[in-house]
Amino acid sequence: MSGAIVDEVLAPAGGDLAIAAAGPWQLARRRLLRNRVALVMAGLLAVIVALCLGAPLYAHHIAHTDPFRSNLDGTTIANGKRVPVMVQSTQGLGLGVTPIGPTWDVHHYFLGADGQGRDVAARLLYGGRNSLLIGTSAALITCFLAVLVGVVAGFFGGLVDGILSRLLDVVWAFPVYLLAISLSTVLIARGFSLGPLHLTSGSLLLPITIIGLVYIPYVARPIRGEVLSLRRREFVEAAIGLGASNWRLLWSDILPNVVTTAIVLFPLMLAIDMLTEAALSFLSIGVQEPKASWGSIILDGQDLLYTRPAVALAPGIAIALTVLALNVLGDGIRDALDPRAKLRKTKDD
Amino acid sequence: MLRFIARRFVSMIFVLFSISVLSFLIFFATPGVDPAARIAGRNADQQTLKAVRHDFGLDRPLPVRYALMMKKLFITRDLTSYVNRGAKVIPQVTQAAPVTLSLVFGAAVIWVIASIAMGMLAGVFRGTAIDTTVMIVGLIGISMPVFWLGEVVNLITQSRLHGSVFSWVPPLGYVPFTHSPWGWFKALLFPWLTLSILYIGIYARVLRSAIVEAQEEDYVRTARAKGLTERRVLFRHALRTSLIGFVSLFGLDFGALVGGGALLTEVVFGLHGVGKLTFDSLQNLDLPVILATVMYAAFFVVVANAVVDLVYAWLDPRVRRA
Repeated sequence: MSGAIVDEVLAPAGGDLAIAAAGPWQLARRRLLRNRVALVMAGLLAVIVALCLGAPLYAHHIAHTDPFRSNLDGTTIANGKRVPVMVQSTQGLGLGVTPIGPTWDVHHYFLGADGQGRDVAARLLYGGRNSLLIGTSAALITCFLAVLVGVVAGFFGGLVDGILSRLLDVVWAFPVYLLAISLSTVLIARGFSLGPLHLTSGSLLLPITIIGLVYIPYVARPIRGEVLSLRRREFVEAAIGLGASNWRLLWSDILPNVVTTAIVLFPLMLAIDMLTEAALSFLSIGVQEPKASWGSIILDGQDLLYTRPAVALAPGIAIALTVLALNVLGDGIRDALDPRAKLRKTKDD
Repeated sequence: MLRFIARRFVSMIFVLFSISVLSFLIFFATPGVDPAARIAGRNADQQTLKAVRHDFGLDRPLPVRYALMMKKLFITRDLTSYVNRGAKVIPQVTQAAPVTLSLVFGAAVIWVIASIAMGMLAGVFRGTAIDTTVMIVGLIGISMPVFWLGEVVNLITQSRLHGSVFSWVPPLGYVPFTHSPWGWFKALLFPWLTLSILYIGIYARVLRSAIVEAQEEDYVRTARAKGLTERRVLFRHALRTSLIGFVSLFGLDFGALVGGGALLTEVVFGLHGVGKLTFDSLQNLDLPVILATVMYAAFFVVVANAVVDLVYAWLDPRVRRA
């Protein structure tokens, strides 16, 4: 008997069952797959990530070099001849040395050497690993904590919201680069220890945490605003009317709706984080020697800018390509999932 | 409206106070950071450290030190540097401010004009090749690290093409406007362009999407139905409302940049502005200077925030009651 009723109810939808069955995620995926530019950029991103992950392979098996040890007396092969890595300067008094320039030979200093005779190409790949790792981890921290803060503040309101919103306001009012730079300078000078937690100044966890924390208001504010408006929506009121607990409301009504926002903002956040990491490392308060990141290689190349520009140009191009790919991909994901989501909203509406 | 202004003012004071406390804590109470060790030098013995601590009042309780610091910064205005003994902090900031203001102001003029032009072009020709090209150019601008772009600009104008096309570009550094307006312009032209590229990209995109949204609005349809020319619809109706979001974003970014956000551009082009001053004092942990510049920065950002809110409230009465 009840089976018959169900059949009757479902019958009209039978014709285009495929469309009726597509959930929001499937629809979004379909929209994204139709966006050819975004797909190309996703491919580019995948290639960059794969290359960077292959850094040890390149260093040990192709270039046969240790990109973390200075190699001032080393030799290499360029145009079939054995030449020193650091070339005696021919200009002026002939004092000082200039590292070898790009050989365009993947086996021998493809992009030349830096001021310490290290293979720039190998450092570029290793540096990319760190840049991507820091960016991804920081963006994850930001999105996770921002969802937590935004949902708690928006859902519970009152005093909790007052305190959290004020806190966000204060961090927001700090110019974000200055905050990141201040924290980095203080922490990287000495490392950080609090109870059992001890971070040495070379630890990648320092830039990850700092970058992850300073951007929380960028994501938390729009999420808080969204939770505020979700609370007034009919389906939430219906759930309240049915006697749903706070926990249930949060978990099955609020959270699924704001997670979309966090996902949409993630690639854009990752792009911003990678630029911030590069800036901090360029100011020598991010990734520390002998580790490399794209920003720190640009710093290495600063002194060689006019003689060996490849050292500074290559990592900059790598950053620009990666960030461009992330921005385009992020736009694509936003268009597919939620066309109205905006990073760094100025108003809570 | 008056009540709104009063409320906004109180919250502004509160935020400024919290920032002063927060930055004070970052620099003076972070575990493992001892300003006395910095001041006394690397291998100072316990005796010296103790003397230094006493000299600078570092042995007193934190709230007292905070109050003393703020008194010296705002009331007696005689805060002195830790590194260059006796050097007053506030004159350093007032000397650096014109450099930063010149840099940010010029860049802002460029980015506002260029982004309005690009945003409108893309918005009007949306869906065409012009739209795509403009947006891709904007995205590329957003994706480049500003300090790297500055280095590329230096490479071209100071080295590779300095002998030919760019022989008129002066060496890196700042020339005061009162000293030579033309020299000021020449010295700042490339820093302006470099700094503005990122914002041109952001603002062109913001404006484009606002214009595209506005085209769907009822009042634009009404304007068209009245038989207004397409140009009038665009400038008088679509663009005008689209600029509201643009203006509020501008206030925030301008405040942040004047407050030291232009640091990377200043460092790359050798301009001794507020950002560079902050960075230099961070390098040798000259805490009073850092505190002064951070407070200066926060002041601009907070005031910019408040101005934006007031403009919003003035434009849209609903905000006043929120």
